Amino acid sequence: MKSLLLGNEALAQGSIDAGLSGVYAYPGTPSTEITEYIQKSKLAKELNIHTTWSVNEKTAMEAALGMSYVGKRSMVVMKHVGLNVASDVFMNMAVSGVNGGLVVVVADDPSMHSSQNEQDSRFYGKFAMIPILEPSNQQEAYDSMLYAFDLSEEVKLPVLLRMVTRLSHSRAGIVLRKRRGPNDINLPTDTSRFALLPMNARKQFDLLVNKQDALIEYSEKSNLNSLKKGKNRGVGILACGIAHNYVMENIGDEETDYSILKISQYPLPKEKVKALYDHCDEILVVEDGYPIVEELLHNYFDEDDKIKGKLSGDLPRTGELNPNIVGRSLGLFQNKMAPIPSVVTPRPPQLCEGCGHTDLFNAINELIPVIGDKNVFGDIGCYALGALPPLGTINTLIDMGASITMAKGAADAGLENAIAVIGDSTFTHSGMTGLLDAVYENTPITVIISDNSAVAMTGAQESTAVGRLHKICLGIGVHPDHLKTIVPLKKNHEENVEILRNELKYKGVSVIISERPCVRLSRDQKEQIKARIAALN
Amino acid sequence: MNTNIILSGVGGQGILTIAAVLDTAALNQDLFIKQSEVHGMSQRGGAVQSHVRISDKEIFSDLIPEGKADLILSVEPMELLRYIPFLKKDGWLVTDSEPFINTSNYPEKDDLFEEIKKHPNHVIVDATQIAKSIGNSKVANMVLLGTASAIIPLSEDSLLEAIKTLFQHKSEKIIKLNLEAFAEGKKVAEGITNLAANQ
Ligand SMILES: Cc1ncc(C[n+]2csc(CCOP(=O)(O)OP(=O)(O)O)c2C)c(N)n1
Ligand code: SF4
Repeated sequence: MKSLLLGNEALAQGSIDAGLSGVYAYPGTPSTEITEYIQKSKLAKELNIHTTWSVNEKTAMEAALGMSYVGKRSMVVMKHVGLNVASDVFMNMAVSGVNGGLVVVVADDPSMHSSQNEQDSRFYGKFAMIPILEPSNQQEAYDSMLYAFDLSEEVKLPVLLRMVTRLSHSRAGIVLRKRRGPNDINLPTDTSRFALLPMNARKQFDLLVNKQDALIEYSEKSNLNSLKKGKNRGVGILACGIAHNYVMENIGDEETDYSILKISQYPLPKEKVKALYDHCDEILVVEDGYPIVEELLHNYFDEDDKIKGKLSGDLPRTGELNPNIVGRSLGLFQNKMAPIPSVVTPRPPQLCEGCGHTDLFNAINELIPVIGDKNVFGDIGCYALGALPPLGTINTLIDMGASITMAKGAADAGLENAIAVIGDSTFTHSGMTGLLDAVYENTPITVIISDNSAVAMTGAQESTAVGRLHKICLGIGVHPDHLKTIVPLKKNHEENVEILRNELKYKGVSVIISERPCVRLSRDQKEQIKARIAALN
Repeated sequence: MNTNIILSGVGGQGILTIAAVLDTAALNQDLFIKQSEVHGMSQRGGAVQSHVRISDKEIFSDLIPEGKADLILSVEPMELLRYIPFLKKDGWLVTDSEPFINTSNYPEKDDLFEEIKKHPNHVIVDATQIAKSIGNSKVANMVLLGTASAIIPLSEDSLLEAIKTLFQHKSEKIIKLNLEAFAEGKKVAEGITNLAANQ
């Protein structure tokens, strides 16, 4: 029987069945379930596959590269913005190349269901000049993993596998194949390619550039890219990844007249693209994300009118695609649907009833009339919802860790009473280095670490910060007199406001750790956290 | 056969259990299934929905196109109406009557019901009340599934089997409670003639 799996789970099972030795990741919607699936898999445990969360995406990718260096197959998983954090190692390991197969799985979030932007990871793949796979459905996500590892080992490059929210979070029945075992340890014959001193790096970069034709050849031959020429010589459709489903939804699977080039592997297979281009009067490029293929086609053919897509205005430039949008661009769907009845009001997400972040914000809000309402710099996590009414405490949310460093820059510019609010996991992900900047100059800022003992926003994964925050802050050099702990509960409100007020007066770095576990943690999780803290002491 | 169902509610209300029963039953009947769901920020008390597509042929899009849903099954009346653009002309609306109020501008209950009643094919079920009366308000979702089962082209046997499979790690009592909730919901459907005629 078929197995019922989310796109993310299909991919995860595919990696196990392809002989994976380790997954490295930091949680992030819509990618989180990939790692969680392997963490929960009995088979993965038996096979001793590494699954523990990393501190951030950069450390994760470097560890994956280390595993590949010794010859084993590794995978690194993140959401799209995580690739920004890991981009240094990402760009450079394309130059060094890999040893054991290494697949970088990045889940993009068109329409920003749970993200700050809708950047398209295919740009990174192109930038690094490595192969990109973009499965169109769950079965292909499963099957692609074996192919991705093989391809990576054949061309000795990391392979980028791009997912999007709708594929990550949609289930289907999957046919599984036989599993193959992991690689043995097999160190690289020549390690100089991993030592990117200029003289080695130049050689490696030439090699990478010279591999490009071979990569295009792989794409021409790949089963993932298929051209179907139809009788209709009007509009030819080039559909990438999940967009192919939306096209097929509109034109149906039965003998269609349309010519369709399905793309799920890059670099683009130029010959196939040319064949479609020559066969049809017009090309509609349907891709979820940025108009990256559309732009390339303009480069190849330079005939502006013939290529349609997001740049030409035939498809919307922002937001994810869906069957209706694609249908309209093909002229196959004109119906105006019933509107949402006016009685319906919005229901935005909000902090859970009884959440400790709320009590913390209530304490900060007491001081807003004195310090001003634009002084609180925020960060990413559940507590970011404190930017919305009725709390409205936080003013900024840019990228992980930016609360501390933005507060520092603002204080450097003369802003008094600058406050940074950051979660425990975000602090270990990217806050510690910024805190060292502030300590180094003793910048007058007050950093509040809202420690709920979990990575709550993404589903309460374990936080590497648990039990370590005090020592980390002291180690970084925060003065012990200005390292305070509060418990954000109603009964402590007055006391907490006083501590805050006092630390704001201090003209140097203060850190206040606001400690209360997330109310969504299960009893088991709370026990595990206790045990972890006990083991530390 | 080709059925499109939108499940809707508020993050944390348990629509994914309904989805899981439908998925499992469809796979048991050797049908194709695609079921998209919402993970992430909206799960914190925001509006959530799941698109369930069941067919005897390959399914392409994970999302149901607008105007193509045969049924919107909601565990909350306002969330039902949020997805009206997806409803087919002769599609069905099935919802719990119990509002989930976590916003300051939640509409009047009667205004919601009036809007729902504009659609000829609707069933408003006191699912939470029924669930409470048999022992646990949490099984309201199975009451609703029981009612909606009259318009879902999956056999009752496979739906019941799916419920058993899904709760197999829970106690005998919980399995029984869920099956009972389904049966109670089904009774509601029997009272509605055009719904029964759909079977
Ligand atoms: C670079 C990057 N990686 C991952 C994420 C996804 N993400 C957003 S918030 C968050 C968790 C934050 O945890 P914490 O700081 O402890 O706050 P909590 O949600 O527990 O309140 C994660 C992993 C992201 N937005 N950016
Ligand atoms: S999940 Fe935890 S941290 Fe997030 S809002 Fe709920 S209680 Fe607060």
